[in-house]
Amino acid sequence: MESERAYLMRYASLQLRDAHAAEDAVQETLVAALAGQAGFGGRSNLRTWLTGILKHKIVDAIRRVSRDIPAPTDEGELEALFERRGHWVEMPAAWENPDQSLEQKQFFSALEECLARLPVKSAQVFMMREHLGYETGDICKELDVTPTHCWVLLYRARLALRECLQKNWFSK
Amino acid sequence: MKILSCKEASQLISQGLDRRLGFAERVGLRLHLLICDGCTNFSKQVKFLRRAVARLGRPAEKP
Repeated sequence: MESERAYLMRYASLQLRDAHAAEDAVQETLVAALAGQAGFGGRSNLRTWLTGILKHKIVDAIRRVSRDIPAPTDEGELEALFERRGHWVEMPAAWENPDQSLEQKQFFSALEECLARLPVKSAQVFMMREHLGYETGDICKELDVTPTHCWVLLYRARLALRECLQKNWFSK
Repeated sequence: MKILSCKEASQLISQGLDRRLGFAERVGLRLHLLICDGCTNFSKQVKFLRRAVARLGRPAEKP
């Protein structure tokens, strides 16, 4: 189980963006896993099972700290993607066979690097929505933000990730 | 009906992944997508992002 710790740390850091919070969440996960080993019973892959527990710990952690994190103010860079009248400065180009990338380990490293560059609050909302699969209404409640603000954060996260993958993966 | 700019269209594309768009929004967006390759690509790409991020950390993806 120790060998899974590094993996879980990386997974938690990606979403919590705070080494201490990630360490706490992983610690709680391993403790819960050891206490509930019977629940594993070889039914699934060990990593899948541990990650499942960790997801709950991550949401608990986000819930605890989210109110302290200010909303991002660095709108400038993304606003620059559009001209004054709302046209793309540079139109998104087509990506060829993007699903092939899903078979490549290096693609996920690139994706993680891009996720790590998002502002913290955007990253948390985005991961809760797209990775943990929460409904927007639930995310708003958990993080105490309005639905409109939630949509703005998700929109900015998607714009930024698209740009980042365009530069660091699809144009290589 | 007001013609959507790419900025507005891309906002609706994103929100369409998070809430059900209204009738006028859906029609406006569809008209915009008919004539705009950039937003059509953007629309495919945010859906791809959803598939990719959902897969992060699956056992198939070894560190």
